Amino acid sequence: MAELRFGHAINRALEESMRADERVILLGEDIAAAGGPFGVTRGLLDKFGKLRVRDTPISEASMAAAAVGAALSGARPVLEIMFMDFMTLAMDGIVNQAAKAHYMFGAQGSVPLVVRTPHGGGISAGPQHSQCLEAWFAHVPGLKVVCPSSPADAYGLLKSAIADPDPVIFVENKALYAMKGEVPNEPFSLPLGKAHPLRAGTDVSIVTYGAMVHQAARAADQLASQGVSAEIIDLRSLQPWDEGAVLESLAKTHRLVIAHEAVEAFGVGAEVAARMADIGFDELDAPIVRVGAPFVPVPFAPSLEKIYRPDAEQIIQAVQRVMA
Amino acid sequence: MTKQSATEKDKPVEKDKPVAYAAADLLDLYRRMITIRIVETQLSRLFADGEVPGFIHLSVGQEAVAAGLGGVLRATDTVASTHRGHGHALAKGISLDDFFFELMARDEGICRGRGGSMHVANLSIGMLGANAIVGASVPIALGSALSHQVAGSDAIAVAFFGDGAMAEGVLHESLNMAALWQLPLLFVCENNGWAEFSPTAEQFVADLKNLANAFGIPHAKVNGNQVLEVEQAGQQAVAAIRAGQGPYVLECMTHRWRGHYEGDPQKYRDASELELLGDHDPVMLFQRVLREYGIPDEEIEQMRVAVHAQVEGAVERARQGTLPVWADACRDVYAHTIEVRHG
Repeated sequence: MAELRFGHAINRALEESMRADERVILLGEDIAAAGGPFGVTRGLLDKFGKLRVRDTPISEASMAAAAVGAALSGARPVLEIMFMDFMTLAMDGIVNQAAKAHYMFGAQGSVPLVVRTPHGGGISAGPQHSQCLEAWFAHVPGLKVVCPSSPADAYGLLKSAIADPDPVIFVENKALYAMKGEVPNEPFSLPLGKAHPLRAGTDVSIVTYGAMVHQAARAADQLASQGVSAEIIDLRSLQPWDEGAVLESLAKTHRLVIAHEAVEAFGVGAEVAARMADIGFDELDAPIVRVGAPFVPVPFAPSLEKIYRPDAEQIIQAVQRVMA
Repeated sequence: MTKQSATEKDKPVEKDKPVAYAAADLLDLYRRMITIRIVETQLSRLFADGEVPGFIHLSVGQEAVAAGLGGVLRATDTVASTHRGHGHALAKGISLDDFFFELMARDEGICRGRGGSMHVANLSIGMLGANAIVGASVPIALGSALSHQVAGSDAIAVAFFGDGAMAEGVLHESLNMAALWQLPLLFVCENNGWAEFSPTAEQFVADLKNLANAFGIPHAKVNGNQVLEVEQAGQQAVAAIRAGQGPYVLECMTHRWRGHYEGDPQKYRDASELELLGDHDPVMLFQRVLREYGIPDEEIEQMRVAVHAQVEGAVERARQGTLPVWADACRDVYAHTIEVRHG
């Protein structure tokens, strides 16, 4: 076991994947000599050279489509999009090209592409550097979407994402980059599409992912002192998401709260709630309640952003609603 | 009006010294060109008869570009194409059966009836797909060239695009990156003067030569209706790229005979322009060249008849093909499907 920061765990997964398979290449803005804006790719240029660790111009639209062309021609690109907000510029490559190629070419070949991108607020980065847009990508058939909550998960899920034959949007919450956590020394991978039952409980299920997992854990601690036993399911993967694990938890607790940092309206939580209202209806003893950001752009002022971002207190209030 | 005046006579191939061609090579070029012409003509009819669904964009009048470059490329080279991409796929070597089964929406099609005309692809021969997004072929070919460079192979990538894509940002970005990284990438612009329903001259203020030169990329403009001119310029460009000299832009001036799509009434086009298109017919122009090279008319006609029979055969087999099955079509959203659904 080694204690690694979230960003270092991603770096280790990239390095191991590149050593294991010379087809794996890294593309992105400022990822080579500069090591990326959050230092995630630091040191990889020296280890693998500039052919495989390539700084790209600020040309997201072409780079996303180029990553598809490279993947169709035998490479396994890992493309970094510096902030998830910039995915807007890369949408044709990701949505029309990467997501469709395997299907529309009649299952000839595939697009083994990973797009790494940070989401989330908390650093006063303002409306165009803070968004959580993962639901957009989860909505597109052909894309897989992953959002880890810890260094070990980031490492294990990225190993799987790079080995996967399909395009994977790998979402990293930027508030987690400095987080430390235990990561086993031996190489391992975590399966895509499988949730992690983080904490067992009997009264309510809190389904969450990414940085919000830690708010859910804080909420569960406080709820325990109030005599409420909360179970936490960390989804890890958002597309596909582990509806079996959520249903199993709901069958135990009969109450469901879904929490994420992304805007609540039309978010991942809406899909989870709708599916559970359908296949888990008989298990429900209370309405399903979502916790997410308000329908407002992410404001810059720290005082405003603090109010904007959903936190443990809002999860507690949601649990209290379903327990009432 | 188109950029290239329709009244301008297509000049014969200008050569410092005549390029020697074996008769077999000339007939091979002709076979590729006449195949595209016959396929496109058949498709026009099949579409009108309701046998080909969806949108189709025909390359009648532009056959010399695909045919001329087809002979220059190797099997390991990769091609990314456009919505007007039938010729590119055929010139790269897609079989008539793979092609017609797909366009007629059959399960035996190369894309199993999921792509159709705008997505014909055969990855095994380096045909990375037609594309329904204007300009998208360019960055896809850029990435393919990047993959060739990383792998250390001597393969090159070709980006076909039309003059309508000259206003797309990805072309400008890709020219920059191709030059920056000295990628083995051939940009091929089929300049037919029309950006969908509008004259390109009213949409694009720059010039492809100046654009390429701004990035330090060599540019050659050829008469895209003269297949030998395309072939020779293609040989030169590809030789330079394979020699490690980086990307190259080849602009082929040509004419779009049909509408943007089949069924387009083309009310935006002058009758005078359409009337003169026959003067630029690449098939007729090449027949003249074949005669100059001493190929007998009977051989030219025999080739046409043989290709026509092959196309007819493929169409007939596709008619007898099976419709795709929904359950199969649902299975291939992912190469590796992760089952999670309950209930």
